[in-house]
Parts: sequence; C-alpha cells; structure tokens
Amino acid sequence: MKIVIIDYGAGNIQSIMFAIQRLGFKAVLSSDANEIQEADKVIFPGVGEASSAMAKLNESGLEDTIKNLTQPVLGICLGMQLMCNSSEEGNTKGLGIFDLDVVKFSEALKVPQIGWNEITELKSNLFKLVPERSHIYLVHSFYAPKSEDTIAVSEYGLEYSAALKKDNFYGTQFHPEKSSKIGSKILQNFLEL
Amino acid sequence: MLTKRIIPCLDIKDGRTVKGVNFVNLKDAGDPVELAEVYALEGADELVFLDISATEEKRKTLADLVYRVAEKVNIPFTVGGGIRSVEDVDILLKNGADKVSINSSAVKNPELINQLVAKFGSQCIVVAIDAKQIDGQWKVHLVGGKVPTEIDLFEWANEVEERGAGEILFTSMNHDGTKNGFANEALKRLSQSLKIPIIASGGAGRVSHFTDTFKEGEADAALAASVFHFKEIDITDLKKELKQEGIPVRL
Repeated sequence: MKIVIIDYGAGNIQSIMFAIQRLGFKAVLSSDANEIQEADKVIFPGVGEASSAMAKLNESGLEDTIKNLTQPVLGICLGMQLMCNSSEEGNTKGLGIFDLDVVKFSEALKVPQIGWNEITELKSNLFKLVPERSHIYLVHSFYAPKSEDTIAVSEYGLEYSAALKKDNFYGTQFHPEKSSKIGSKILQNFLEL
Repeated sequence: MLTKRIIPCLDIKDGRTVKGVNFVNLKDAGDPVELAEVYALEGADELVFLDISATEEKRKTLADLVYRVAEKVNIPFTVGGGIRSVEDVDILLKNGADKVSINSSAVKNPELINQLVAKFGSQCIVVAIDAKQIDGQWKVHLVGGKVPTEIDLFEWANEVEERGAGEILFTSMNHDGTKNGFANEALKRLSQSLKIPIIASGGAGRVSHFTDTFKEGEADAALAASVFHFKEIDITDLKKELKQEGIPVRL
C-alpha cells in the first residue's frame, strides 16, 4: 500500500510518519502532484496558523490536486480545518470540501483547548471497534461546527465536529498519531478503508 | 469533557534519564525512551523532557533522543532546557517533539515568544515560569530557579499570554521538592486571570495534592517528577482516585 503524506511545509509530519511505521506501514512525504494522485491513501497534515498554512498550500499549487483526489484522504487538525469552506483564523478561504465555516471557541473558555477529550456519536468505518466516549488528544483554538458530515462529536463549551467525512474525504480535529492506542486504531482503520 | 492532565517530567542529562533531589546526587536512571514508554502505558497524558545538560555540544544528543522518543511513544511530549532560538526549536519539532518549553531565554528576550509563535504556532510553545514568593511578592527566577529577578509572576504571565504562548508551566520554588503540595493560591490566580491553560509544577508528594491543585488551584494539568520516578505514586492509581473525587481524567 502506498501512503503519501502531503508535504507543503506545515505539519508535525515526523509524528505521523512514526505512527504509521508503528502500524507496520511506511509513508512517504511528497509535494509531487503525480505521486499524491497515485497513492492508495493520502494524509493531509497541518499545524500552526490557518492563513499562513493555506498560503503555503497555495504556493505548492496542490489545492486542485487535493480537491480532485478520489482515494481515501485524511486531514488532521489544521488539515481538516483547511478542507472546510473557510476559517475565521486569519480570514482564510479553505478548500471547500466540507461545507462548513471554522470559527473560534468562545472567549469564556480557555483557548487553545489542549488535552484529552471524549468523542461520541461515532459513525463511519473510521471508528470501527472504537468505543463511544474514547479519549483522543486535541490542541486547537478554532472548531468546525456540527453538520451532516460530522462523524464524531466532542464537547468544549458546545458540541462540535471532532471528525468529518464526505465521500472519500475524512478529517479529524484530534491527532490520531498522538492519541495512544485509540488513535492508532483510528489510523489503522483509515489505512484499511 | 476535557480531562485534567497528569504529566510526568523526565530529567535528562547527556541523553540519559537522571534521578536526584533538586538536581543533587544525580543517579543514572536508564534510557528515557524506555521510561517514557512505561509512563505512557501507565496512563500519563503527556510527558515533559527537561534537558539539564543543555549545552551547545549536547544539542545533537537531545535531538537524537527526541527522534527516538517520537518513534516509540504515542502520546504528546514537550522538550525543554536550554532552548534559545528559532533554530533550536525547529530542530526539536522536526525530530518529532510536539511542543517545546522555554524559560530563561524568554525572560531575557521576550520577543522570542512572538517569533516562535509566528513560525510554529501557539499550540507548540509552552513558557515555563519559575517563581518564588518573597515577602508576599511572587518574583520570577531564572536558570532553574537559581537567579532572582524583580519581575512579578503575574505581570510576566500576562505578557507571556499576550505574546501568544499556548500554555504556561508554573513552578513554585517555594513548593518544589517539599512534597507538601502545589502552590494553589498562586495557581488559582493565574488560572482565573489568564485564558491559556496552566500546568502546575512543584510540590507533589501525595495523591491529595493533585486533587487539591485541580480543585483549589484550578490547574489544567499537573506535572511531577520524583513521585513518579521513585514509584511513590502510581499514575493509574492516581487517576482512579482523581476520578473518584469527581475530577475528569482519561482512564
């Protein structure tokens, strides 16, 4: 199986590489459109600030490549947020795969939300054999609201999308690569889609 | 519900874990990677590696260690000790660290916080603050708490937040090593005046100290070294007891 992690200069890539390695697979890092298109599974990482990450993605020229992929694609954290229509962070226009606008958590909360929270209302094979109320690790200040594409819900002041799915596109707000055994299971499920 | 985090801290010297009290009588305590794996299995929510040998020539050793930890450990970890520049942070993050913590270098050059946040994002920048209460005033201390400054803890914490840090790791020098509990009054004031998460450090001796720092100190996470290293407190047992006390934890 060929697993490609999209390299556009914004992501905690080493951790994802290692998490995949622990599952017995090998991922390659690539910014080459052909190589990405030919992969069996594509991971779209992202950490940091939305507008600068999106600017890097624009520079890479990979926007349309990503939108037109037909194999399973997994956006992680900011990667998932950039797959939405827009983000309030830096007034960023996203890829528009998920018809959602990413907004900031309430001022009344501690932001960023850092740590382990529960996921509920689990849908899709991404969560096969993952129990309801499993704990996953998140670090974020902005969130995607709940929608028809929501396949996992978390609660922080309000209920929001911890994971999204539309056609072949998946996104997790949390970091499966850092979420202990449960995270490995979710990553494994993605690789088995 | 977001859970409260338990964070074991591993002191690192020349790529090895060391155990000691207040950095005195250091004994080699083995491979940090193995210890990290044990802590992760026991239910630690995050790990902190504090490099106490962080000199220029040791930096490569630290980067190698970070790489080996990231390879094996499936929970987040922070690396601190002797970080002075954007380049230092870049190397550690590229090798797989999730966050870095800066301390003295941020006090000496506060602009470093902004530079790191701009380049890497708030989520991976922890500012560690060591402070000591002298005549009722909390004063920031440098170089592992050895060098006093005239800087007020709360003013500095506010500035750290404004400059974009993602978290504050607050160690009370009055409490560190005493095993008499965390500095809950100061922690509560920090927690209520700031919007970013606060990690309590210094003073853990018993399970009830953790309960108190989450309830009275309103800390978001609690860090300890010796009680975990010397197996005085088992992480799984600690978290079970916290849960019984009504504190949300990951079990």
